[in-house]
Amino acid sequence: MTDQTNLLQVRDLHVTFVTPDRTVHAVNGVSFDLARGETLGILGESGSGKSVTLRSILRLHPEHRTRWSGSIKLQGDEVLEMGPKALSDLRGQRVSMIFQEPATAFDPVFTIGQQIAETVRRHTGKSEAEAMKRAKDLLEMVRIPSPAQRLKAYPHEMSGGMRQRAMIALALSCNPTLLLADEPTTALDATVQIQVLLLIRELQREFNLGVIFVTHDIGVAVEVSDRIGVMYAGKLVEMAPVERMVDAPQHPYSRGLLASTVHDGMRGQRLESIPGAPPDLAEVPSGCSFAPRCKFVRPDCTTAIPSLRDVEAAHAVRCVLAA
Amino acid sequence: MDTLLPIQDRGGPAQPLLLATGLRKHFPVAGGLLGRTTKVVRAVDDLTLSVAKGETLGVVGESGCGKSTVARLLIRLIKPDKGTMVLDGDPVDEPHGITVNELRRQVQMVFQDSYASLNPRLTIAETLAFAPRAHGLPAAEARERVRDLLSKVGLDPANYATRYPHELSGGQRQRVNIARALALRPRLIILDEAVSALDKSVEAQVLNMLVDLKTELDLTYVFISHDLNVVQYLSDRVLVMYLGKIVELGPVEAIYGNPQHPYTRALLSARPSMDPRKRTHEAPIQGDPPNPIDPPSGCRFRTRCPFAEDVCARLEPPLADAGAQAVACHMRVAGSGHSKAVAA
Repeated sequence: MTDQTNLLQVRDLHVTFVTPDRTVHAVNGVSFDLARGETLGILGESGSGKSVTLRSILRLHPEHRTRWSGSIKLQGDEVLEMGPKALSDLRGQRVSMIFQEPATAFDPVFTIGQQIAETVRRHTGKSEAEAMKRAKDLLEMVRIPSPAQRLKAYPHEMSGGMRQRAMIALALSCNPTLLLADEPTTALDATVQIQVLLLIRELQREFNLGVIFVTHDIGVAVEVSDRIGVMYAGKLVEMAPVERMVDAPQHPYSRGLLASTVHDGMRGQRLESIPGAPPDLAEVPSGCSFAPRCKFVRPDCTTAIPSLRDVEAAHAVRCVLAA
Repeated sequence: MDTLLPIQDRGGPAQPLLLATGLRKHFPVAGGLLGRTTKVVRAVDDLTLSVAKGETLGVVGESGCGKSTVARLLIRLIKPDKGTMVLDGDPVDEPHGITVNELRRQVQMVFQDSYASLNPRLTIAETLAFAPRAHGLPAAEARERVRDLLSKVGLDPANYATRYPHELSGGQRQRVNIARALALRPRLIILDEAVSALDKSVEAQVLNMLVDLKTELDLTYVFISHDLNVVQYLSDRVLVMYLGKIVELGPVEAIYGNPQHPYTRALLSARPSMDPRKRTHEAPIQGDPPNPIDPPSGCRFRTRCPFAEDVCARLEPPLADAGAQAVACHMRVAGSGHSKAVAA
């Protein structure tokens, strides 16, 4: 099932945004691996650095005010050192991304067919007719009804769910090996969300794609992921196979997040909430960034940053309490 | 002495706090030559609901189903095309009833976007004192009330009263919005996706606070959300909307435990399971909700319903009692002509 060849290797990634007014340490030392055919869910709240991590893989941040360090290797090639040509190939062919809001990801003045065909021609050198044929096949693949007619539709003429399917078609147009998904179902209605999640899962299997799925919704992460990484204040605080993360989360933040998420059968119970709010990332914290909100805090939590330690095979936790 | 006192109950516990009958709101869509109105969005169509004293009525549905229009109609931010409203026995905006202004003293609202709902140029204290001052509360008493309101929503008055909205986090701003909704001592609060923009850990804090405030201040809530889990957690009764119509209405246990309408069932089974061993393998229904500009004839859900038959296109199903809840589906109407309905 899962191909063990390593597709992506991220090591000690730091991303800092610098403007004349302020500095934001958005990502502070993230490391993980992704195998071909594997789906990694990255779970975190707003400002946790999950989207910044994801976008770094395509180097989508403005170059002049972003500082990077660490390493992002896609099949051995260092992304952070790529020149313009290699970067263009990376973005067009090897790695694709789908976004939360498909309405803003498409150009409103071109039809869906023109936009998919343009991408196909640019990266494969096919003729216009061939590219349009490929676009039609892609729409069919993402199960858009009457694809031949939909090729001629403008983005605003489609519903939210259809636009998201069209964006998935666009993302898969050049046979990428890695698909990055940034909250792709957050803006969709419940009955449409599940359709799109099932589609992503199915295409991921069919093409043996590596997928990184960023979301704030635990339910969605559990539905699609093989492994889940939880991010807090720019760091991964826990990484585990999905069953393990749901059954036995170890980090106090992961536990709090799971406990504070309302689900079936919690009626009448008081919700367990995490007091306070996530830290401001203007400065790099000297200890565990969750310590100010943690009910198990000890003196050694604030003296040094805890390391991400394995508590068992494939389950790593960044907490001094984790055994 | 405080001059802006809470409003006394009048009709007793059995009289609904708010009764809305036959509410309708259609929005014209400009189009065609010279911007003539050619189409209408049928946002809410002949909706009747009552809110009992002290309950939480949850309203769920997908985008475009009209749930926010219902909220705005109940507080008269928009005027209904048709229909009447009665607040604890008093007709609203009618000769012998109460005025819209009086309605708004008793019914308040909290919106989804905590930042857009606050005036960025006013301090938190100025925002909270605004309505009480406008209603004639002397300045000294208004200051006292601001302190009281801030402590009620868990914000230290000494620390927060002089701050501006941009200096607060999303969760803190939403606490301020709730405090502002409480400033005139209302009886009913309409929460329109009030916790939807918050992070989960903060959402839990605010939900706990809403539960506490309800008991402490004897409040009634209309809680509108797309999040079925949160609605289940908070509500006593639940109203399910689809394209401007009520499809199912009943006690929370009945709606979640024994849903009758095919749409309610689909909506509930579209929820992620939170268990990787029980993943969904087939979407309960296909397609997106249709455009409310031109809703399907008869039952509006029929274009996505796996059980749709001829009768569903011809006739609109009435909202009829079916066990503990009321359901608008031909399969539940005896003698409707649907093959799954019992004979008349």
